[in-house]
This record gives sequence, structure tokens and C-alpha cells, in this order.
Amino acid sequence: MNQYTISALVSNKSGVLVRVAALFARRGYNIESLSVCKTENDALSRMTIVLNGDDYILGQMMKQMDKLVDVKKIQQVEEDAVCRELLLAKVKTDAATRSQILEISQIFRAKVVDVSPEATILELTGKSSKLDGFVTMLMPYGVMELARTGVTAIGRGKACIKDETDYKEKI
Amino acid sequence: MKKIGAEILIECLKEQGVTTVFGYPGGTVLDIYDALYRDGTIEHVITSHEQGAAHAADGWARVTGRTGVVIATSGPGATNLVTGIATAYMDSVPMVAITGNVGANFLGRDSFQEIDIFGVTLPITKHNYIVKDASELAGVVREAFRIANSGRRGPVLIDILKNVQSMEAEYEPQKPLPARRKSVPARELEQIAKALSAAERPLIMAGGGAIASEASKEVVALAEKLDAPVVSTLMGLGACPASHPLFMGMIGMHGTATAAKLCMESDCIIALGARFSDRVALNRGKFAQGKTVIQIDIDEAEIDKNVPTTYSVLGDLKEALTTLISMIRETKRPFSQKAKQYRAEEKAKDKAPELGHRVLIEAAKLAPKDAIVVTDVGQHQMWTAQYFPIEKPRTLCTSGGLGTMGYGLGAAIGAAKATGKHVILVTGDGCFNMNLNELSTAVTEELPITILLMNNHALGMVRQWQKLFYGRRFSQTNVRKKTDYVKFAESFGATGLVIEKDEDIVPALTTAFATNTPVVVDCRISNDENVLPMIGPGQTYDTIMTEWEDK
Repeated sequence: MNQYTISALVSNKSGVLVRVAALFARRGYNIESLSVCKTENDALSRMTIVLNGDDYILGQMMKQMDKLVDVKKIQQVEEDAVCRELLLAKVKTDAATRSQILEISQIFRAKVVDVSPEATILELTGKSSKLDGFVTMLMPYGVMELARTGVTAIGRGKACIKDETDYKEKI
Repeated sequence: MKKIGAEILIECLKEQGVTTVFGYPGGTVLDIYDALYRDGTIEHVITSHEQGAAHAADGWARVTGRTGVVIATSGPGATNLVTGIATAYMDSVPMVAITGNVGANFLGRDSFQEIDIFGVTLPITKHNYIVKDASELAGVVREAFRIANSGRRGPVLIDILKNVQSMEAEYEPQKPLPARRKSVPARELEQIAKALSAAERPLIMAGGGAIASEASKEVVALAEKLDAPVVSTLMGLGACPASHPLFMGMIGMHGTATAAKLCMESDCIIALGARFSDRVALNRGKFAQGKTVIQIDIDEAEIDKNVPTTYSVLGDLKEALTTLISMIRETKRPFSQKAKQYRAEEKAKDKAPELGHRVLIEAAKLAPKDAIVVTDVGQHQMWTAQYFPIEKPRTLCTSGGLGTMGYGLGAAIGAAKATGKHVILVTGDGCFNMNLNELSTAVTEELPITILLMNNHALGMVRQWQKLFYGRRFSQTNVRKKTDYVKFAESFGATGLVIEKDEDIVPALTTAFATNTPVVVDCRISNDENVLPMIGPGQTYDTIMTEWEDK
């Protein structure tokens, strides 16, 4: 089982997310993470989907998504692309553990965004693997709550997703 | 100019050249029906049930190649369309379904007859809309028709809120945009031409795409140039005339033994608008093992989906074939001689053992010129594919992908309405009972439909599987209905006839085909007839069963 990341520009209107999610559900494919955001163009949103599977599933998913009227551009995110995720973690803290938690945060370059006598909220941005490592280190102290945004990604160099050809334009 | 939403809808339908719609009125489409009434130029066929209307729009679209239109009210009206829309979706039939919904004021409050038909039809439409403002309506309708007709065709649903139908908006007439169509890359076609020319035993497999793309002439031309036998999927029947010497019949679970043999012996299979469904490929991993597989399809997602290809090209089949044919030199191949010999031997051996077979053979002989054949789903459907030669594209309507029992009568109404030609509906007592309410529609519309009701008092195909795979435990498939179909037909205002034995066939069919209104022919066949040949689900072609063996 491999992990793939897909970026797509989709119409910025209601119902698009459910179309994409329904497509994955119907074909029995698993979404590892999904993030949706606005783009520089008001008419378009950007979706970043992380998918577990093999080359066949990736190919089918990209082709099936490309067929959706509201999916305008789609591409597989290349391995060297910039992939980032944001994490917020609420960690159980007391006087004894606070300095250790802060030390770990420093190593990962995480930010302390909230401190209270019994808990600390930490913010970290980076590759998913870095975030995973961070969480592993925090676990022994007691992770009370964890929120991750899912991966968002952008390819390196001057090539842009908007230069891709839409399947609907190919036929 | 200012118009209300309902009027804008009617104007947009007229822009698209719509002359006939099928449907059923109700609370949330009152404004649309009022606009239809006031306009008076679009013919509306009211069915007994919205499902019948959806199948009628589907039949209409299959025989004309144009987009079928169906209208239904919100809630149950809309949900009753679902099977019809799904049928069209699975068989790539262009359709625009229009539903009303409750007004904006009532939306999301579980109001009377409110249902989220947008959500319900999401996975069974190419695209769907919910229109909340009259100013969007014209754009949506135009786009809907374009989507239904572009690329791989299919159904589109437009859900229009009731208040939008009476809301005023600006309307300017527009000519319909042509369906999108891009040229097929020549470089990939060259590779395919090379592979085909190098093949010793090429086999052409025509699918529904050959009909959708109006590529029958090109399919035949390719076959003749390559001197290659042609087999067809159920959806592709008619793309190559059944009487063509290179045509070897249907391929798949109930295809001809010749098709199965050729499939095994060929070194190269070229699929023309066919998707290697499980009813064709059966064992998709072994279906084309070791062969060159070429696929031409308009749907990128179909390429390599079920059977991996050696060469493929994305695009319109008619255009691709036109170019491809010009790249190939005419060659004679011994394989085609072998194929013809196989077919002749198979035909000589086939004694049409069942009464149902013989009814169909005679029906094909006596059928009025250019008659349209419509089927329901099951044994009679397979017999039709095997024993009723389909000579021309768009003269067979059958639910291939979804396998919708109850499809036939609605579709027959649509086909008859569209062409004015005689329609032969082959159905079974199981299927017929699902939507026989539409007989009243056929009678009201005075349509020339002959219904060959293969009445075996059983759900024959399911029963056949129970015989083969469930130790003859006929759970719920011996249906002992007491219906007198002659009286039934007469009570609906149709004619009822009976075929009980071979001598009845010709007189009954002659009478039926000479009648220009609906005739139900109750063909009382045995409950133990089979469909053969058969290859079991997931099995390989060498396991084909040509004579019945109890398992």
C-alpha cells in the first residue's frame, strides 16, 4: 500500500466536496486526509487529498475525479513537492513536565500558543512525518486533544496546476 | 425580455429542439405544467408512474440519439425517477430530468413532499443542479443539455425550487452550443494501426460506444479491411449488422460459442466503445491474458479499468476509426475463414430448443420493416440478443448495465413515440408485472407496440442460477400468478393474444404486427427453459456450457 497526494482545483460552490467524497466512498477508496481552501481565484477552491492505495487506485481516482464537472484541474503531487500540515496539540502539563515539553517543542520548532497550569497548546507546521514524530514524543506526557489540518501541497518550480489540461477539454 | 422561471425553462427546452417530454404533474411543478399548457408547442406524454416516464425518455433517447427529457414533481415524483435515471447512467444515455422542489421558504424543513433529490441522484447522474434563482435557470438548462451530450453521455438532473418557477428573470434566446468534441491524437492511432496490421488473429469487439458515436459504418469498414470477425456486447448490438458475414454474435456470459472460441484463439482484441464489464470479461484477469488489447473509448476512466490495455486512445470512436481505417492496408486473414466456419457449425447445431426461441425467430422474420426491438431483463432479454438479429444501430433498447426489470414497457413507449415505427417489446412475466401500469399509457397514445410476453410463471434467469448454483432450491422464483393476460390487455383497451404451441406463433404474430395499437401476446412457455450458452460469473471462457448440465 502506497500513499499518494492529489491536488485539484474545483468550483468554489456548495456540493463539490460531497461529490468528491461520495466518489471515494462509492469506489471503496480510502481518503487519508482531505483539505479544502480558497485560492487566488474566487471561482476556484483547492483540494489536497492524501490517498492510500496502489497505482491502479490512484489512476482510477484521478480519472474519475477529472470527469466531475466541478473538478477543473487535477494533478498528482510529486514526491519533491512542498507538502505541509498544521498541528495543534493540547498536552497535559504540570510544573514537573513543563520544561521537558518546552524542550521537545524547541527541537521541533513548535510554537507554544496557550499555557495554563494543567495544559499547554502547541502549534507545529511541517511534513506529516515530522508531525507524527512530534506527537510520538508528546504521547508520554498525555495528549489531551489533537487537531491536524491534513496535508496541503504545492509543486516546486514555475509549473502550476492551472496549466494542466482538464479531461473534459481533451474529448 | 422578462419571463418567469417556468417560461424560461420551456424556452430553453425549445432552444434545444425538444419536441416531446415525458412526465407526471404535481404540486411543485404546477408552474412548469402551466407554462407547458400556455406554450402548447411541446408534446407531453403522461405516464402512469414517473418510473415509466423516465424509461420512456430513455427509450426515446436511445432510438433518436438525442437527449430525452422527463419531468416530475418533488418528493415521491422525484424518487420514482431514480431507477430510470440510474438505468440511463449505466448505459450512457443522454437524458435531462427536471424535478420541482419545495419553495425556498420551505426548503430544509422536511416540508410536504420535500426530498433532497440532488443528494439522492448525486452518484447516478453525470452532473446535477439545484436552481435557487431564476436568473441561473437558462444557463443551467443549456449546460445540462451540453453535459448530457458531451463525451460519454448520460443523465443530468435539474431540481428547480417552486418559487423559482414563478420568479421573473431576464431571458435572451440562444442557439445551443454544440457538444464538445476534440480530435483524436493521430500518433496513438498509428501505433494501433501497426499493432492491428501485425496481428494474425484480430477480433473486433463492438460496444455501446459504437452506437453512441454513430460509428457503425466505420466498425464494418474496419472489420472488412482487417478481414476480422466482429463480436458485440449486448449494448453494441446493431453496430455491425447481424447478417454481415463477419458478425459472430454477442460475446459474454450468454454470448455465442463462436464468440467465446474466437476470444480465446485471437491474438489481438480491439474494443470499440466497450468497457469489459463483468458480464463480458467474466474473469477480468484472465480474459485477455497474453493478447494484445486495444481500447478506443471516450471515457478516460474506462481505459485500463477492468482489463489492462496494450494500446489505447481516448476520443470519439467514429473519428478515431475514420483515421485508423485510412492507416490500415486491406489484408485477408485465415482467421476470418475459421470464424465463419465456427459460426456456421454453431448455427447448424442450434435447433432453437425452446418455444421462446422459436417465437423470436418467427418474430424477426415477420417483423414490420425497421421495427424497433425493446427488451426487459432476464432470459427473454438474452434470447432476444441471440435469436433476434439486430441489423441497424438504434433499433434495440435494452437495460444492459443496470439490468432494470420493468424497463421495457416505458422504453417501448418512448421508442414508439420517437419513431412512429412498430415496436416489439420482448418481456417476461416477472418484468412485465413490474410496470404493466404503462400499458394504459401505450393504449392512450395509440402506439404500435407488440408485447411478446414470455410467460413462464417464473423468474427464469434467477431460477436458472438457482438450478446451477443453489441446488435447485427455487426460492421465490416459481411465481404462480393467476393473471389472465388476455383479459388484462382487453381491460386496458389493448388486444390480447395467446401462443401456446408452435402452430400459434405465425397467426398470432401476423395479427399482432398488423395491429397499430398495443397487443399483448401471452407466450405460454415452460418454466424450465434455459439460456445457453453460459459462462459462469467470474469464470474463464474455456468453461463455457453449451448444453445443459445439472450441477
